[in-house]
Amino acid sequence: MNDMTRVERAVDSKDIKINAKKVQVYYGDTHAIKDVDVAIEDKTVTAFIGPSGCGKSTFLRCLNRMNDTIDICRVEGDILLDGEDIYDKRVDPVQLRAKVGMVFQKPNPFPKSIYDNVAYGPRIHGLAKNKAELDEIVEKSLRRGAIWDEVKDRLDTPGTGLSGGQQQRLCIARAVATEPEVLLMDEPCSALDPIATAQVEELIDELRSRYSVVIVTHSMQQAARVSQKTAFFHLGNLVEFGETGQIFTNPVDPRTESYITGRIG
Amino acid sequence: MPILWLFLIVLAIAAVGYVSGRARALQSAGGDSRNLHSLPTYYGANVALKAVVPAFGLLIIWLLAQPLYVSSQVSEMIPETSVKEGSSLSLVMAEVRRTADGLNNAVAAGVLSEDQARNARADVTDVTQRLKDAGQVVTSEITQPVLRAAQSYRAMNSTGYAIMTGAVILVALIGAAISWFQTHSDYRARNVVEQGIRFLLLAAASIAILTTIGIVLSLVFNTWEFFKLYPASDFFFGTTWAPSFSGRGGASDLGIIPLLWGTFYISLVALLVAVPIGLFAAIYLSEYASSRVRSVAKPLLEVLAGIPTIVYGLFALLTVGPLLLDVFGDNGLGWMKAGTAVMTAGIVMGIMLIPFVSSLSDDIINAVPQAMRDGSYGLGATQSETIRQVVLPAALPGIVGAILLAASRAIGETMIVVLGAGAAARLSLNPFEAMTTVTAKIVSQLTGDADFASPEALVAFALGMTLFILTLGLNVFALYIVRKYREQYE
Amino acid sequence: MTDASMDSPNTTRHATSLMATDARTKKRANAEKRFRAYGIVAIATGLFFLIVLFASILSQGIPAFQRTVVSVEFTLSPAQRDEAEGTLFKTKAYSDLFIGALNDQLTESGVTVDFDQDAIERLLGKVGGTIRTFYADNPDKLGEAVQFDLAASSRVDGYFKGRVSRDTLQDSRFLQLSDLDLVDALKEAGIIKQAFNWPFITGADSGVDNPGGAGIGASVVGSFFMMLVVLALSLPIGVAASIYLEEFAPQNRFTDLIEVNISNLAAVPSIVFGILGLAVFIQFMHLPQSAPLVGGLVLTLMTLPTIIISTRASLKAVPPSIRDAALGVGASKMQAVFHHVLPLAAPGILTGTIIGLAQALGETAPLLLIGMVGFVARGYPDGFVAGFTEPNSAMPAQIYTWAARADVGFYEKAWGGIIILLMFLLTMNIIAIILRRRFERRW
Repeated sequence: MNDMTRVERAVDSKDIKINAKKVQVYYGDTHAIKDVDVAIEDKTVTAFIGPSGCGKSTFLRCLNRMNDTIDICRVEGDILLDGEDIYDKRVDPVQLRAKVGMVFQKPNPFPKSIYDNVAYGPRIHGLAKNKAELDEIVEKSLRRGAIWDEVKDRLDTPGTGLSGGQQQRLCIARAVATEPEVLLMDEPCSALDPIATAQVEELIDELRSRYSVVIVTHSMQQAARVSQKTAFFHLGNLVEFGETGQIFTNPVDPRTESYITGRIG
Repeated sequence: MPILWLFLIVLAIAAVGYVSGRARALQSAGGDSRNLHSLPTYYGANVALKAVVPAFGLLIIWLLAQPLYVSSQVSEMIPETSVKEGSSLSLVMAEVRRTADGLNNAVAAGVLSEDQARNARADVTDVTQRLKDAGQVVTSEITQPVLRAAQSYRAMNSTGYAIMTGAVILVALIGAAISWFQTHSDYRARNVVEQGIRFLLLAAASIAILTTIGIVLSLVFNTWEFFKLYPASDFFFGTTWAPSFSGRGGASDLGIIPLLWGTFYISLVALLVAVPIGLFAAIYLSEYASSRVRSVAKPLLEVLAGIPTIVYGLFALLTVGPLLLDVFGDNGLGWMKAGTAVMTAGIVMGIMLIPFVSSLSDDIINAVPQAMRDGSYGLGATQSETIRQVVLPAALPGIVGAILLAASRAIGETMIVVLGAGAAARLSLNPFEAMTTVTAKIVSQLTGDADFASPEALVAFALGMTLFILTLGLNVFALYIVRKYREQYE
Repeated sequence: MTDASMDSPNTTRHATSLMATDARTKKRANAEKRFRAYGIVAIATGLFFLIVLFASILSQGIPAFQRTVVSVEFTLSPAQRDEAEGTLFKTKAYSDLFIGALNDQLTESGVTVDFDQDAIERLLGKVGGTIRTFYADNPDKLGEAVQFDLAASSRVDGYFKGRVSRDTLQDSRFLQLSDLDLVDALKEAGIIKQAFNWPFITGADSGVDNPGGAGIGASVVGSFFMMLVVLALSLPIGVAASIYLEEFAPQNRFTDLIEVNISNLAAVPSIVFGILGLAVFIQFMHLPQSAPLVGGLVLTLMTLPTIIISTRASLKAVPPSIRDAALGVGASKMQAVFHHVLPLAAPGILTGTIIGLAQALGETAPLLLIGMVGFVARGYPDGFVAGFTEPNSAMPAQIYTWAARADVGFYEKAWGGIIILLMFLLTMNIIAIILRRRFERRW
């Protein structure tokens, strides 16, 4: 895939989907995220890059309050989804996560059938009135996950029996089945081989037409290939945030340049 | 206690061997331990080991073999005719042994002289009278053949033990001497000693196998004896349990079905109490509780597991039974006649099993990978939805294994049912009635007055066999499930 | 690959604000609360059972540590002794003397009550015999004032502890309603009172009709000798077996067989070990019945799997680098294990052993079968060796014996026995916890 073609593509200014202001995250006494301001646009792929331990995954998990499951984690600052503070007391994280779906580093299908894996979200959120509607949602999601053709004949076999790349696409299908508005992806390709990675990347590009996608990645090439916006994190700080093409060709901050050219990492 | 003395003598030989072996090694190296192949202590240990191990090996084998040999010899002496109708050779042999013990004790007490005890022409009635005077338990009149057999039984045993003492000491001495002569500065004492210790370690590990063999043999032989006296089909398919308490023979009904029913019914009640409470407690502790609550509640629940079963038995008999009787008895709902009942034993056994279920389930729930939970939370599932629809289905095989292990515990539990369940064997559906179990009947049949060789006592071994096979099967199956489950997530 | 035309249902679903909880989410949040409540209820139920258990142990067991005594100051002159010894019914004469002394003491306190010889016998048993034996044993006390603390009968004891009341008492040869007037009078005069029940802690079991005199001391000694046997056998054998399996055993079928056996033996019901003990140690080897030696052997076989499992865990916890270091300086495998691994694993092994012993101490079922229940320990074993081979009882077996007796007076003793048993277990567990805290090493 040609990186530059992506960069050249004009990016219209779109609606801001998630707006984070002055976000601080603490793990116990450790200050993991310092003063991060990011505006994530709708129908755009935003990539978070940076060396290991820079806080990019931590920040990602703040966006759908997955950090709530960790006792010692504390978040300060504002994160607004469509103008509403997601850390407001009145917000039920369950409702939030239905809007902001997540795909994880390691494919984690439930030990259930492929059908039940995808139907899980719609079932708990009550998206289908009857079996026919549920079937329809499952098929649609599997198609969007670009895996329908491979599994349509064995929907009742366990999801754990698929290959790694298939499992990850199943997890993406599972995530889109709940009709989220934002899709968070935490290094979704790090456990996959190059062919599976290419398939997932292609899928991410397609998902952009419907969702706002945020992807954390270790691979700069991947960020360049799939994203329109890129944020570079270093030691808990957001160093630079801008158009992907600009970050990779003409970084403002010397730290970004060092990372991109491979001097730090 | 002659065996204790023998033991000490062998140890003394070993001690002397240790010192002299060490000295000899040093001497052969010219007093400089650097010229030795191994450290001086190894030479000493070599001699000591070779004195002790064969000697004690011989001692143990002799102690096991002699009673077998003597019994078989003596039972040949008993003529067919003296085995009475309705009796058996093993009954007569039991009497011979009792008489021999009686003679021994009488001699020790000074009522009989050694000569009198040995005298083959001694007057039977006189000896019987003397034994009775000495307070020895002698059943009826001792018959002539029994007395003769008992006398030769005593004689053979005492010669046997004399020979054994000599042989054991001799083996110890020979062992010590051989290894003493082997001792030389080039002798690889460390390797030999380590080989020996390794063998001893192996022997210690093999005790587990010996124990299992012991259990199986003692169950199988006595069960076999029982089935010779009582038909197996009546035992396995009989629906009444009514052992006769008077004399032996004929009159007893020994069907296992009512006992199995009682066992299963009580275990079922226990599991109905323990599984929901234990499972929900485990879920709460592993998924919801803060680490402070967990660090208090978990050990407190586990206290329940450390309490001896006799305490639970008393709790059933004296606290729970009367309590249930107040509610369901004649003054309340009128369903219950006495404090001891299936409910009483079942509830208390359930309480005992709560920590067992909860700590096993806790382990199993914790083995479900966090990624699974994250996946579910990421889709917007609540914690309870995640637990019910993702964690529990994933943990199901392990939890089933844990419940089976708890069931095997419940089936094998003795004290609670002995004290809390009552004594009547019954096939009934009413959980407020007294019923009894396999374990409770093993206790009552073996602690009663019944003669050891009677079907009423031997039936306990057949019951034990059933219990052993049942719990073993459950355990093996449950452990298999749990292991398979763990492998899945490793 | 994707079907772009599938813009079907429910795209409007998320149009709602995050701040407003929709009905379904409310329902789900309620379900969540309910589920959480089930968990709390389960834990609360478990803890409730624990509290009820301990409450009933303490409330019913503590009275066993109190007994009711009648203390009478009594002086017997040599002349009175000779006179009493000269009569036909000697104990009757002593008894009369005692009643005289009791009467004196009552008048002194200004209390008057009518009673007869039979009433005293119902209250205190055969007083005359007790006094006569005392003076026969201690002739030098003649002429001096001696304080007699005589144990009141179990029904009088029950009257004091609320087990027997005036309303429910029926006249019998054990106690009559009129006797309670005497008891009240004695109480008013301060002659009958509650005292700490030392005989319960130090004494031996009594007959079936004398719950008041029953003590647990002899069976504590029986348990102690049993634990000595268990410790002396199961610790070395358990450690040796664990070392073999953990450090030396080759990967073969025999090793697998041993492993399978150990894990299965750990789950065999304890009563089956009782059957093994009965058949092998008593039937076959003719070891003495009811002896702590046999009990100890059976409990050893039962405890071994527990000890082996915990010992192996602590051996496994010693990192391989320690073994490598020892082997690196030329130690043999055996030396590496005995010089380095074993000492480092010792605290864990000890903790496991103590917990195994505590388990063995509370075990009852196998003891029933080897006759430690049929035997009533009426005295202490004479001598150390006899302690192993003479018939004795053990704490849990003694408790069972009391619980199985018809006289309700023994129930109190059984609960009291449980308190003592639990105190031993508690001590052992606390020692284990301290050891673990003190020496636990994180690698």
